[in-house]
Order: sequence, then C-alpha cells, then structure tokens
Amino acid sequence: MKNRSTFVLSMLVFGYAFLYVPIVILIIYSFNDSRLVTVWSHFSARWYGELFKNAQIGEALWLSLRVAAASATVSVILGTSAAFAMRRMRTLFSRGAFEAMVTTPLILPEVLTGLSLLLLFVFLGETLGWPGQRGALTITLAHITFGMAYATVVIRARLSQLDPALEEAAADLGATPWRTFRRVTLPLLLPAIFAAWLLAFTLSLDDVVIASFVTGPGATTLPLVIFSSVRLGVSPQINALATLLVLFAACTILTATLILRREEMQAKNMK
Amino acid sequence: MSGRPGHSCSGVFVAGVPLVWLLLFVLLPLLIVFAISLAETRTGSPPYTPLFTWEAGFLPRIHVQASNYALLLSDRLYIDAFLSSLRIAATSSFIALLIAYPMAYAIARARESVRTPLLMLVILPFWTSFLIRVYAWTGILNSNGFINNVLLDFGLIKAPLPLLHTEFAVHLGIVYSYLPFMVLPIFAVLEKLDWTYLEAAADLGARPLKAFLRVTLPLSLPGIFAGVLLVFIPALGEFIVPELLGGPDTLMVGRVLWTEFFSNRDWPLASALAIGLLVLVLVPAIVFFRLMRKEEAA
Amino acid sequence: MDTHQDGPVRRPLQPAAANPIPLLRIEKASKRFGLVTAVDAVSLDIHRGEFFCLLGGSGSGKTTLLRMIAGLELPDEGRIAIEGEDVTGAPAYARPVNMMFQSYALFPHLSVEKNVAFGLQEEGRPKAEIAKRVREALEMLDMGAFSARKPHQLSGGQRQRVAFARALVKHPKILLLDEPLAALDKKLRERAQFELVRLRERVGITFVMVTHDQEEAMGMASRIALMQDGKIVQAGSPRELYDAPVSRYVADFFGTSNLFEGNIKECARGEAAVESAEAGTVLRGQYGERLAAQTSVAVMVRPEQVHLSREAPQAENVLRGKIASAAFLGNCHACQVTLDSGKTVLARLSPAEFGKAGSPAAGETVHLFWPSAAARVLKQ
Repeated sequence: MKNRSTFVLSMLVFGYAFLYVPIVILIIYSFNDSRLVTVWSHFSARWYGELFKNAQIGEALWLSLRVAAASATVSVILGTSAAFAMRRMRTLFSRGAFEAMVTTPLILPEVLTGLSLLLLFVFLGETLGWPGQRGALTITLAHITFGMAYATVVIRARLSQLDPALEEAAADLGATPWRTFRRVTLPLLLPAIFAAWLLAFTLSLDDVVIASFVTGPGATTLPLVIFSSVRLGVSPQINALATLLVLFAACTILTATLILRREEMQAKNMK
Repeated sequence: MSGRPGHSCSGVFVAGVPLVWLLLFVLLPLLIVFAISLAETRTGSPPYTPLFTWEAGFLPRIHVQASNYALLLSDRLYIDAFLSSLRIAATSSFIALLIAYPMAYAIARARESVRTPLLMLVILPFWTSFLIRVYAWTGILNSNGFINNVLLDFGLIKAPLPLLHTEFAVHLGIVYSYLPFMVLPIFAVLEKLDWTYLEAAADLGARPLKAFLRVTLPLSLPGIFAGVLLVFIPALGEFIVPELLGGPDTLMVGRVLWTEFFSNRDWPLASALAIGLLVLVLVPAIVFFRLMRKEEAA
Repeated sequence: MDTHQDGPVRRPLQPAAANPIPLLRIEKASKRFGLVTAVDAVSLDIHRGEFFCLLGGSGSGKTTLLRMIAGLELPDEGRIAIEGEDVTGAPAYARPVNMMFQSYALFPHLSVEKNVAFGLQEEGRPKAEIAKRVREALEMLDMGAFSARKPHQLSGGQRQRVAFARALVKHPKILLLDEPLAALDKKLRERAQFELVRLRERVGITFVMVTHDQEEAMGMASRIALMQDGKIVQAGSPRELYDAPVSRYVADFFGTSNLFEGNIKECARGEAAVESAEAGTVLRGQYGERLAAQTSVAVMVRPEQVHLSREAPQAENVLRGKIASAAFLGNCHACQVTLDSGKTVLARLSPAEFGKAGSPAAGETVHLFWPSAAARVLKQ
C-alpha cells in the first residue's frame, strides 16, 4: 500500500517537473547577462532592454495580435453558427458529413493544412485574380479555418448541455427565435464563446507552420520571427521574449479560468 | 410535426456560411492538393504543369500521371520518412503513456480540492506557445546547454554528450509537447471510475497490484486508447520538433514535405507526400472518432 | 485460510454458552473520520448460522461496521477476530469473508461468468474446479443461461443474483450484505427477501446484512442490532426488539407505539407503577432494570395490545377518552382516542374485537385498557 502510493506520488512529482523545469530554466537564463546563453555570468535585464528596442519584433508582435484578434472573432462567429447548424441537422448523413468537415482541420497535420491553403490561394489568385498578394489577409483566412473548428467543438459541447426547455420557455413567453437567441441562448453560451475565442486567439498567436506557407512578402508574424531566429540556435533576446510570452499566457489563462469558475459556481448556486 | 417553426430563412444563413467556408477552405484545398499531386514539376510560376490544356477548341486534354506516387513508393528516402514517422510517433506515444498514466491516476485519486489545481497545471503548458516550449529544450540539450554543463561541472562526463539534434531529442520533444493530451483522457476515465470495483476486487481476494491489473487497467482502456491516438496523430505529421531538435538524419514526413516544397520547390511531389500523410493520419483519426462515438453512446 | 466446506450444511443457531468461540467477535471497535466518530467502541459477537442484521438510520455507523468486518476500513481502536483468529489489521483480500456491495460492483468489463470466477482465480484454484463451482453457483441462482452476458445487459434483479453468486462462490465464513435489496424496486424486493432467506438456509453460511429498513430486518434476520450514532442501542431477536425495547428510540424504530410520560411510583416483582399525568392514572408495566422512585420514564404500549370497550372494564391500566377517528384498514380498525389530558392514543383492533366493542363511532366515549404484561417502562 505505502510503496504503491510513494511510487504514484513520485511519478506525479516527476511529471510536473518534466512539464515545468524546461520553462523555468528558460526564464532563469533570460536574466543571464552573458551573450553565450548557457554560460551564466550574472543577473541582468539587459536582453529585455534590447528586446524593447527591437523594432522588427515590435512590428511582428503587432501584426500577430491583429491577425489573432481578427481570426479569433470570425472563428467564434462561424463556430457558433456551425454549432447551431449541427444541432438543427436532422438526417444522420448531413450531420455526419458536416461534422467530418468541421473536425478535419483538427486532425490534419499543420504542414498539410498550410500546403493545401497555399495551393488554394495560388489557384484562386490565378483564376479569379484574388487574393493578388499573400500576406496578413491570407494568414487570417487560414487561421479562421482551424480556429473555427476548435470553436465549433467548444461551443457545441456547451450547447448540447443546455436545457432545451429554456428556449421553449422563451418561445412560450412570446420571444421570436432571434429574440430567444439574443436573450436566452447567447447569454448562456457566453462562457463557452469566451473560452473558444481565447483558444482561437492563442492558436493563431502560436502558429508557425501554416503561416510559413500562406504568408507573403512583408507579412512576418511573431512566431515566424522567433522560428527563423531559433533555427539558427539559442538567442538571449528570444529567451527574454519567450519568458514574457509564457508569463503573459499563464496570467491570461489563470484569470480566465478563475472568471469562468466563478460564473459556473454562481450558476450552480442558482440551482 | 415537420420541422420546428421559424427556421426557414435564418436557418439557411446560419448553416450556409460555415458550410460554404468549410467547402472553400477545407474540402477544395484538399482536392487541389490531390490534383497537383498528379501533375509534373516544372520551372516557372506556378511550378507545376497544368492538368488541362485546351486543344483545338472545346475538348480539354487531361494531363494526369502518377509518377510522384511511384517515386514515393520506390525511393528509399520517402519510404524511410514514412516508416520513421510511424516509429517515432508510436514510441513517443508509448513513453508519454508511461509518464501520463501514473500522473492521471494520482490526480484522479487526489482530494477534490487539489484535483482542480493539479489538472490546471497539466493544461497550462498547452496554452503557452508550442514553439517556445520546444525551443526551451534546445537550451537544455545543447552541447553547451544546461544538462551538459551540469554533468561537466560535476565531473561525470569529460566531453559534452550529443543530446540535441538526435532522435532521442525528437522523442523527448514530442512527449513533452503532447503529454497533456495523454493525461486528460486517462484522467477523465479514472475520475469516473467507481472505486467500489477495487473494493470488490480486494474483497474477492485480489492484492492491490492484481486488482489494478485486473480491474483498473482494463476499465481505463478507453482513456488509454484516446490518449495514445491524441499523441500519435499530431506526432505523425510533426514538423517543428524534428526541425528544431532532430538531427539532419532524422527523417519525418512533415519535414521531408517542407524540404520538397520550400527548398526543392517540387510542389507536385510535396502534394503527393501530403496525400500520403493524409492517408496515414486518417486511419488512426477514424479509429479515434469511432471510439468517441462509442463512449458517447455508452 | 480454510475456505473448504463440504457442501451446503445447515447449521442451527447455537446459543453463546454452548460455543465459547464465536464466529465473529468485535471488541470495542472504533472508527473515526476526521471529527466524526462513525463507529464508537462497538462490541458484538456473531455466531455460526446466524442471519444477523445491522439496522439503523443513515449515519448510524452500520455500513462502516460492516466494512470493518470486510477489511475495507481498519478500526482505529479495538479488535476483530474471526473464529478466534485476530484479523484486526488484515487487508480485505486476506479475510475469509465476502461482501455483496450495495451497488453490486459487478466488473463492467467482465462477463457474468468471469465476474463470478474472479475470486476463485485469485485463490489460484485449478481451472476445472473454477468452471464447476461457477456453473453450480450460477445454476443455483437460476442464472446459468446468462453466464456470457455483460452486467449492463442484465436487469436489476439479475445483477443482484450475480453479485450474490460472486460472493457466495468463495464459500466465505461470513457473507456481508450491504443493503442488498436497496437497488430493487418494491415488488422485486419482497420476492428477493424470501429468496435470500431460503438461500441462506440452503448454503448454511452466516449472513451479516446492513439495512435501514426495519421491516426488511424483522422479516429476514434471526438477530438484529439497532445502531445509532455509532453505537449499538440494542441487540436481540426481532421479537425482543419489538416487545421489549430498551428505549423510546428503539420502540419508535420498530413500528408505532403509544408513549405515556410519567414518574416511577414504585418498582416491585418485575412490574413498575408509573404516575402519568398524560394518562390521568397510574400505569403498570414491565421494566428491564430497577428504577428509583420519581425517575422520569415513559410507558410504552403497542397499538395492537390496546383493548377497547364502551363500558368500564374490570382491569388494570384503564383510560377513558373520546374516539377522534376510526378507520377501517382491511385487516384492522385503527382508532384514535383523545384522552381528557388531550393526549391521543392509537388502538388497532381486529374486526371481531371492534364489533364486540359495539363498533363505536367518532365522538363516542370509550374505555381503553391493556394487560400490564403488554406495557414496557422505558427509561430513555
């Protein structure tokens, strides 16, 4: 009994160490003054200073944020309507076909998604003359495609948990379908929509492979900058940037979780 | 009753927009990839031969050839790339399972108040940049990286070990990146597991280890399958991990595809590789969705 | 560990004196969960062949006590011995007892047959023996035709039989049953009650059952221990607990009773006289332990022991009152009689007796009486 629980406990500690030690080491070394990243000289915030002066990274970050915000917003709108559409589909065939298409971007390897979308844009550019040039727009379109898939899954899960009697009650009380959606369904779905937006935003902000395929001259997102630098080896500026990104993500997710948890608690208390 | 009231117009719109989007940005691109995989490479823009040419007015002539696929099946390089992708994905999934199972087990058996934070800590890395998490390992595995520095300082080794740019590093990177995907489904199953089954097993004379092997393990199989597939599927087409952590000889389909496309500018061959990868991924993916549907039905 | 038994042997209930080593002995066993004491220094002997029932409300500690016998909980204090052998610290898998779980806990991934075989496989029995014993057990419970099914393909009653077979096939020294009938619907439950009693007689194994259902306990058990707040309030045969409860709680738990508050006037020759303001007279009744005068007590009499007549009878314990309601319930008439003190007394009369009393209607004045032997003086 005792041996078994010590084994399980030590595996737990090992697992968490495995997950977090690399990140912690990265953070520590970002405060290393030496240009040789791995040789510790002394504590300094020098690379953070250089990072803030780096105009290329600033521009890339701004572009990434705009692409992520735009694609997450469209993803969530499309994902919500896809979730509703799936709920309404009656025949097994139409539902199955739709579901297969929605989930395809989730399982496709990134290289395949990237390649296929690039070939699409080339094809469209040749036949329709649009998009004339690849760049921020094509990246956004590509990100919407997989962001929508994730958003659909998240929102649909929540939608299937909703008590249909709530919508029926609203209809009974005289609300038109649109008013029912606005006043009953949408508020109940908001936490899921918020989570889906955050997920789509994060995935967009993180994407290297697909963006590498569909980008064009002049449109360099932050992950593309990081990737091209990282391929050449370890760089102290990237360590500082990575630290900021990791801390930012952790703070955002923790806050979001706390907010969602509180909402859920309140919903539970109401019951 | 045929249909519910008030759906006609808005319904078409609601279903229509995402449907058009999916057809345009998911289905059509895949068809184009397939079409181009049947073309020949050429220098120019676009760098492949057209599939149709208009000859003598109306009848289009179709130029389709399967030479790219023939090449995939005959050239050792591509066969090896597919095989080693399968091998690396399989072994990584297995290693991830060995680490994730005890973690999921411990979390599921933990007190309810600590369960949520523990779970949160597993999910958190998933939300931070994949690229950065893989990059973090380069600083650790480098010949003048963290591990080698520590080992050298303690005098355990004389020369730095070659850790980075090896297949070992690729395994490590994949296990590290996808570990949360393995922990979560196993946890979900173990959390729902009725612990009275274990009491019943003990009551019937099974020692804890036997009870685990005969009751807990078989009952957590759906979670294990789901977790293995969730690691195996993305690992198959992985590009970033072999690119950053793998050596020049670490072949994986995703990386070969990238090279064919960007370095060799052989779009038709890259497309054929992509179709091959799609077939490879589709099989475990279908198994996975079958499994999920069965779980939902149960 | 001896689990061999030479077929089903019927063993009569043996009195404690004749058999100095009880099958199960629990000595001052306690179990605490945090601040809550679930079982509080319980001592109990159970003998071979008994159908013993632990009865009590939720939180009374009955299930914890059962789980301590099974080895699923280890006592914080005290001792548990089976056939004189100390098993206090032994884990569940090393004890010669088996349990039928409330949820049945049938392994969902194994067929009926494999579920039943599980315990024998853990004993390392030869394959042929396992197959034979499993088949016999399933056939005895009329489940032979279902051996290949999975638990989710069975009805509630069938699951119960499989759980029973799985525990029984190991020939345990004691079979523990945790609310074995709770998961069945009412109709099935009555049939299953009979079946359990019949089966126990056939296999001759000692049963210890936990239930919260007083009727179930009275109908099935040879001996009952009523538990409250982790303690055994009273243990005895169903008859003893019904006729001679030691406290108001016990009296209340086993059916309805009339209670008259009062003070002891005198105690002599097994009978106590109680001055009761509620009754408006002196009531006489049996007592368990001698009580000093002026001790505050209650006199209990069961409704079916109460007689009724129009004219004042020549008897002890006569009360006068007005009929508040009289309801015919098929097998009896239930009369509520309001005394001058305002206290309501319930009497259950057979149709014959009700007729002899002149079938009084609501509002009529009647006399209630009962023999002193039918009344019990309760201290608590």
